[in-house]
Amino acid sequence: MGDSTITKVYLDNAATTPLLPEVLEAMLPYFGEAFGNPSCLHDWGDRAREAIDAARDQVAQLIGAAPEEIMFTGSGTESNNLAIKGLALAQQNKGKHVVTSAIEHFSVLHSARTLEKWGFELTEVPVDRYGVVDPEDVRRSIRKDTVLVSVMHANSEVGTIEPIAEIARVTREKGVVFHTDAVATAGTIPVDVRELGVDSLSLAGNQFYGPKGVGALWVRKGVRLIPLLDGGVQEGGRRAGTENVPGIVGLGKAAELAARHMVTRIEHVNHLRDRLLIELPARVERMVVTGHTEHRLPGNASFCVEFIEGESVLMMLNSRGIAVTSGSACTSKALKASHVLLAMGLPHELAQGSILFSVGIANTDEEIDYVVDAMPSIVDRLRQMSPLYSKFTRTSKGGKHAGL
Amino acid sequence: MPVYSQQVMDHFMNPRNVGEIENPDGIGEEGNPVCGDMMTFYIKVKDNRLEDVKFKTFGCGAAIAVSSMVSEMAKGKTLEEALKITPKIVAEELGGLPKNKFHCSNLGAQALTRAIKDYLGKKKAGGDK
Repeated sequence: MGDSTITKVYLDNAATTPLLPEVLEAMLPYFGEAFGNPSCLHDWGDRAREAIDAARDQVAQLIGAAPEEIMFTGSGTESNNLAIKGLALAQQNKGKHVVTSAIEHFSVLHSARTLEKWGFELTEVPVDRYGVVDPEDVRRSIRKDTVLVSVMHANSEVGTIEPIAEIARVTREKGVVFHTDAVATAGTIPVDVRELGVDSLSLAGNQFYGPKGVGALWVRKGVRLIPLLDGGVQEGGRRAGTENVPGIVGLGKAAELAARHMVTRIEHVNHLRDRLLIELPARVERMVVTGHTEHRLPGNASFCVEFIEGESVLMMLNSRGIAVTSGSACTSKALKASHVLLAMGLPHELAQGSILFSVGIANTDEEIDYVVDAMPSIVDRLRQMSPLYSKFTRTSKGGKHAGL
Repeated sequence: MPVYSQQVMDHFMNPRNVGEIENPDGIGEEGNPVCGDMMTFYIKVKDNRLEDVKFKTFGCGAAIAVSSMVSEMAKGKTLEEALKITPKIVAEELGGLPKNKFHCSNLGAQALTRAIKDYLGKKKAGGDK
């Protein structure tokens, strides 16, 4: 307990996970002697092509898909852009209405808003206070001209896992294409595209110990998609551009390792996450868990701390070597509080106190001890500076006196 | 981490003059929780000078550093001198602020001005100090 040797604790795995040494090792040859272009018909090209074919198999296996249905992209963001814009544009003769949830990642929300500029209409279905989408709300929002529904598999800010299979039953019944952003879940929890019943799914390598700069989009065979990048016929003609071979190899290796170690990883990460979810609110008064308690991503311990602001907590934690993130307005470059927390109905004051600890496979019990010990004094210090806290203590003390 | 100057980091980690003044001569509040930062300044005035300045701030690192810097700059100044402290001067003293923080977090000077005006208003009305 209180291991004094700890100086650095990385608890921002929702932002990006570290690259596993095995993954780096698999990638290295493709930065070096295996530099060929997969489109070329000589030995160099063959080696690169075989490598991306193998990676395609690995990713397909991770999500229960057929390899030819997998497209490699440059990121989860690109996958979502390609899905939202590409699937909607491919069906615009049928209709121009798309549906998303209010808590999607900006790569989905802003893509949908771009579609609005292109003449589509957008409906954002709400979430409840735990961040859960009601499949019946999706049903009600579907119209005759609806061509696409997009709801994320899980929200990485608050950890809530959405009822995708139930929503898919609605979209299938209505005959509407359904995309899910699985960037937070693929490689972390079991994801099977047939079981989920979706038509399209995006994932990203840096969320499960693979490299940055590479993602994938799965689109069910037979579903039409308009490419965003025109050029050569890479990725079945749906994503032009010379492939990021080392990145793709790394994504494949990370997918293979994720599938193999998923159960033990979930167990480890959930244990540490549960410690944070239980021990922090026990040590810090008025620190509340956000998101759903059961339908929750492994590793996600998200909170709002009353009377203080997230960026200052983040900075104090960073000064003790602890890396976290916050959804407060002050933390965002746009100075807007997290749209996810606001959509869940949290008042601005509370959303300002957002703090997210995201646990990864490399974290340890000793690190959690260190964080749980560091947090109370940091919160206390900031509360001593906070005019909101002094108002609170004045009124609550006054109330106590009145009661006595 | 936002890109903050050494001075900002110093004032954030070791803020000066945090607290409240009992029976202050003036109080000034600025900001709102939607934009994220709220600050309250308390002043004690003697012989037209700011004998004491304290603050409480809810907000980001920049907001806390700004409040601390304003309190330090204002202490001991005459009211006229203190009223000349502007957000721009505060930012300069702090070695600059990130562009997106300049407006929403840099409210310390306004809060201090409000506290001084509160004092002047009370003095005019009651003349009890």
